[in-house]
Amino acid sequence: MTNPKNSIADKKTIPSIYPTKTKLQVTVIFFVILALYLFSMKKTTEDMVNGLDGALGNMFRVLAKFFPPNFEILKAIWNPMLETIQMAIIATTIAAIITIPLAILSARNVTTFKPLYYITRIFLNLLRTIPDVVLAVVFVGLFGIGIFPGILALIIFSLGILAKLISETIESVDMNPLEAMRASGANTLQMIWYALVPQIAPQFTSLVLYVFEINIRASVILGLVGAGGIGLTLNQQINFYNYPNAMTIIIVIFITVIIIEYISTKLREALL
Amino acid sequence: MIEFKDVNLVYPNGTQGLKNINVKINDGEFVVIVGLSGAGKSTFIRSINRLVTPTSGSLLVDNEDILKFRGKDLRKLRTKTGMIFQNYNLVKRSNVLKNVLAGRLGHTGTLRSIFNLYKKEDVSLAYESLKRVHIDEKIYNRADELSGGQQQRVSIARVLTQQPKYILADEPVASLDPPTSHQVMNYLRKINKEDKITTLVNLHFIDMAMEYADRIIGMRAGEVVFDGPVSEVTEKTFEEIYGRAIREDDLRGGAEQA
Repeated sequence: MTNPKNSIADKKTIPSIYPTKTKLQVTVIFFVILALYLFSMKKTTEDMVNGLDGALGNMFRVLAKFFPPNFEILKAIWNPMLETIQMAIIATTIAAIITIPLAILSARNVTTFKPLYYITRIFLNLLRTIPDVVLAVVFVGLFGIGIFPGILALIIFSLGILAKLISETIESVDMNPLEAMRASGANTLQMIWYALVPQIAPQFTSLVLYVFEINIRASVILGLVGAGGIGLTLNQQINFYNYPNAMTIIIVIFITVIIIEYISTKLREALL
Repeated sequence: MIEFKDVNLVYPNGTQGLKNINVKINDGEFVVIVGLSGAGKSTFIRSINRLVTPTSGSLLVDNEDILKFRGKDLRKLRTKTGMIFQNYNLVKRSNVLKNVLAGRLGHTGTLRSIFNLYKKEDVSLAYESLKRVHIDEKIYNRADELSGGQQQRVSIARVLTQQPKYILADEPVASLDPPTSHQVMNYLRKINKEDKITTLVNLHFIDMAMEYADRIIGMRAGEVVFDGPVSEVTEKTFEEIYGRAIREDDLRGGAEQA
């Protein structure tokens, strides 16, 4: 490596904005990513020799079967839809409560006892690696078809996301007030309650609402594998080739999700 | 009474924070510790409430060696040593009254404090403290709505509410402008005289040290290089403490405006 200071002074030229090393790194990264794209393109084209030929025609044929939607079943799907929302509410609430200790234990700035921090981190990482559908399949196997296995799957699924996001929020707080509390003789619990909680409360609420949105959508998917709610009903209708009914269910889900997301977004805007 | 006996502090990275400190602080004194940044002023003051822990020697507060303290003893020590910080260290999203009440945490049980069940005396004490630093009209304002000087006054009120025996102030005016700095120092001085609270203040402004201190301790590279009443201090003393000539930025100025 040449000494950049000297080379600038010798040539008396304008220095470039980034050092040579950074430029080199960025170039290498660019070509690696390009190579990855080319590689995956080659793989997919091999699999899709027929291209989109059949798909377009099929699409209209399949779509036509869904119309017109059968709105007569609206009354019957009201209950499973509510069930789905209830699942999401219960699961999010329980997850939000269990998250608090886990998030604190997995925040490096608060949990200074390293082994405890690492154990919690590893545990949370393991939770996150399990896909929600797999959780649902396992719990349906254990407890049978219904909303209970669905709720359990959602709790574990949201715990993984929430604890991670909230522990990162905790790690970014201003530690000065905590120091002041410690200096005045407060114990750890008082420090957390007085100096930490006010700092993370808005983000905490916002993240819980966000996970609630995710849970509404996830519980529909979980229903497909037997974990109760509207997903279960949707799956039954599709299995019976009752597409007009399925279409009504899809529309109801669509509207519900939009309404809940709208409310949640407004609430979160007000909070932050 | 605070007594340092052969106190040394070596940080894990090998830096010697304190070197053979032997100092005795008498009750009721107003001591200003001066020195350049990195001289060990902060380490000195933070040893007294054990925010840092000296590695050898003994440090007596009211005739008890606090270097052995852990858990409950440590919290008890901290309830009688109030601290004021350069960055005020308030909870910005909480209101002024709640910030000031936090001074009572060390005296209040965990459950009581979590449910805001402070004793009536504590709340009225917090209010009286705010009145003493003339910021009682802001009790329901959020801390981040206040100016720097106001925030530092709230933090003084927090310390008053704690009813400590000692006040440790770590560069309390470094983030403030000259008039506000004098205001804050005046409050500290007044509290020292009225409540007989022993006060230790870290400063790097020579003129302020001279104006407010009873006694000056000079530090350089972790060592106490001067210790004496303010009457013995001359410009020469400061040049010895700083190890260089006195410059314009060693002075805060603005005394006549306060």
